[in-house]
Amino acid sequence: MTDDKLKKITVALAGNPNSGKTSVFNMLTGARRHVANYPGTTVEVEEGPCRHNGFRITVVDLPGTYGLTTFSAEELVARNFLIDRKPDVVVDVIDSSNVERNLYLATQLIEIGTPLVLAFNMSDVASQRGVVFDIDQLSRLLEAPIVPTVASKDKGGVALLDAIVAVANTAQKPRTHRISYGDEIENAMGQIETLVRSEHPGLAAKYGSHWVALKLLEQDSDLLSKVQSRPLLDILDREIGRLKILFRDDPEIIIADKRYGFISGACQETVKTTIELRHTTSDLADAVLTHRVLGLPIFLLLMYLVFYLTFSLAAWPMAWLEHLFGFLSASLAALWPPNTDNWLRSLLIDGIIPGVGGILVFLPNILILFLAIALLEDSGYMARAAFIMDRLMHKIGLHGKSFIPMLIGFGCSVPAIMATRILENRRSRFTTIIVLPLMSCGARLTIYGLLIPAFFPQNWRGPVLWLIYLTGIILAVIAAKVLRLTVFRGEATDFVMELPPYRVPTLKSIFIHTWLRGWMYLKKAGTIILAFSIILWAAMNYPKIPKQSLVGLAADEIRHAQLANSVIGRLGHAIEPVIMPLGFDWKIGTALIGSAAAKELFVSQLGIIYAVSSHEDSAAVSTLRRHLQDDYSPLVGLCIMLFCLISSPCVATVAITRSETNSTLWAIFQFFSLTALGYVVTFVVYQIGTLLLNV
Amino acid sequence: MEAKNTRCLSQVTEGQIVSVVAVTGGRGLRSRLTTMGLLPNTQIQVVRNGGTGPFVISIKNSRMALGRGVADKIMVM
Repeated sequence: MTDDKLKKITVALAGNPNSGKTSVFNMLTGARRHVANYPGTTVEVEEGPCRHNGFRITVVDLPGTYGLTTFSAEELVARNFLIDRKPDVVVDVIDSSNVERNLYLATQLIEIGTPLVLAFNMSDVASQRGVVFDIDQLSRLLEAPIVPTVASKDKGGVALLDAIVAVANTAQKPRTHRISYGDEIENAMGQIETLVRSEHPGLAAKYGSHWVALKLLEQDSDLLSKVQSRPLLDILDREIGRLKILFRDDPEIIIADKRYGFISGACQETVKTTIELRHTTSDLADAVLTHRVLGLPIFLLLMYLVFYLTFSLAAWPMAWLEHLFGFLSASLAALWPPNTDNWLRSLLIDGIIPGVGGILVFLPNILILFLAIALLEDSGYMARAAFIMDRLMHKIGLHGKSFIPMLIGFGCSVPAIMATRILENRRSRFTTIIVLPLMSCGARLTIYGLLIPAFFPQNWRGPVLWLIYLTGIILAVIAAKVLRLTVFRGEATDFVMELPPYRVPTLKSIFIHTWLRGWMYLKKAGTIILAFSIILWAAMNYPKIPKQSLVGLAADEIRHAQLANSVIGRLGHAIEPVIMPLGFDWKIGTALIGSAAAKELFVSQLGIIYAVSSHEDSAAVSTLRRHLQDDYSPLVGLCIMLFCLISSPCVATVAITRSETNSTLWAIFQFFSLTALGYVVTFVVYQIGTLLLNV
Repeated sequence: MEAKNTRCLSQVTEGQIVSVVAVTGGRGLRSRLTTMGLLPNTQIQVVRNGGTGPFVISIKNSRMALGRGVADKIMVM
């Protein structure tokens, strides 16, 4: 039977975070999957294929949510997917040792009306805890098949697929055991429903008038924004007011109460706990890991480990990649006779290969970082870690978890910005992303490494380096504070967070997940990085000086002349008047522009400008330093470093910012605001410095 | 209305079991707590109160950490 002849079923996977939903997804789809942002959001949705009994099944992994309200983008995406894409079946993955709260989401799924299957996951843990289910009875009361699964051990997959296929192929009957909201609320709902049908037939057709009425009574902001009818809104206000007085609480709370009541009723006879557990292993682990004294040092140690792994472990594959690209470069170069000045050759070797290399060089970092983060999250530790740094971070207006990406930022902004995914709050996340480049990255270290010994005596070198890093941190704190008071004003911390029991993570799913994510997003940012690399290559090499004018010049002098004549060189000259108040000249200007691709290039650009040999040996470096000492004062040296610290994040950073915020606007904002900040700070330092030193 | 022994959750010592009376604060907070099961008449146990870590409660077989200031807004008995 060919693929086309197979019937298709779309299944949505829903469930609380920590319910093992991802394991169920893995169990059903294996490694074949596809990640994408839900249109118009930064929320990830994964899709994967599966075949069973002659059906072609597409499984869509919705974000883990506790409900389907407007509380977060994730909940809205989950809800909208069910309404817009109308999957044939929705599987609610339930943590069997925590049935009552997990079923709250199920009640909301029942309200939306998509045919439901319940996967009672982690059923092994539940048995251990002595929880016993009367599955048949519970299934009857909830009117949905219940399949026990232990997804992390690949158990229950076939039964689950059987249930999915069965439900997809059965015509839906109206419910016998409806959730009752009580007479007063049902009465109000009835009145509103009538008006919805007459005033907003479109909404009624799309969402179901009953559901719209329910949401309106709950004062759901999403649905409210879709209602314009004055008579409807008036009746709504009246009914809500009446119910508030009657119940002395919002209808939303009462409705939630009724849902939990429905669950309670169903579980009363069907879910029994037979063993009384006092202390679980999880509590013991917590006693140590969140210990009043030991907690923080343990956390810092783990953070150091993550940092170390991300950058040191990645060094090996990165060196290997560098060799690979070097080999590639040499092989391509060999296709032409030596010393040819062919534009294609130059484009490939000086433009495209470094460009692609520039993208791939991040892959090992990102994969290892994601792996580390996945381990921290899946084991349950991340939930605790969020609180350890919380007090400190809160003072800046950031979430406790912001600490982790900021720490990574000291190595490189690119994986750091991707690490901000652990922040669910959009305001916290965007603020962190924008100020992250102020954490002085590894690339900038090459600039300090060149300039500090050039301008400062031995004793001063350590302190100056410290000063620069400290300045970055202080500016980040101030900038974050400002952003949180203006652009990103509002609640940043969690109201309540589940503390899952500690768990041994399943490595297989983590590996698959990590590999796909890392690759997917690098692809997205990669196109921008490659494009910019080519543009910069062109700007650095064109327009070319005619061969005749170069006769008799040494290789270094030729490169110097070419650079001066190129777009970048000319731009460097052009901006000289603008950067003079900072103590800079066209040479520094040119190097700055050239290093937009990557901060490491600043050093090599300066090398070219001063016609110093391209070999990066200590002799060349000393020569370069002497030239710099001749031309500039230590104050200017300091200013150059400050400017490089603060302004114009490299192309890769901008590309990742754009990709992670899903908005070119924020990437541009980040670039320009940091550059402006750098300009102002350097200006102040230079001018005041000159004043002080001349007095 | 409410009895005199209503107090803030933040005032409850570790180990004690209390019953939720009401939640003050904005709609966002109340809506979120509701979804997580913190409804009037729900029983919760205070697992951890004070020190450097979060405020932790045990509710319906799971543990929840309450964010800054949230424990002050939950009235219990």
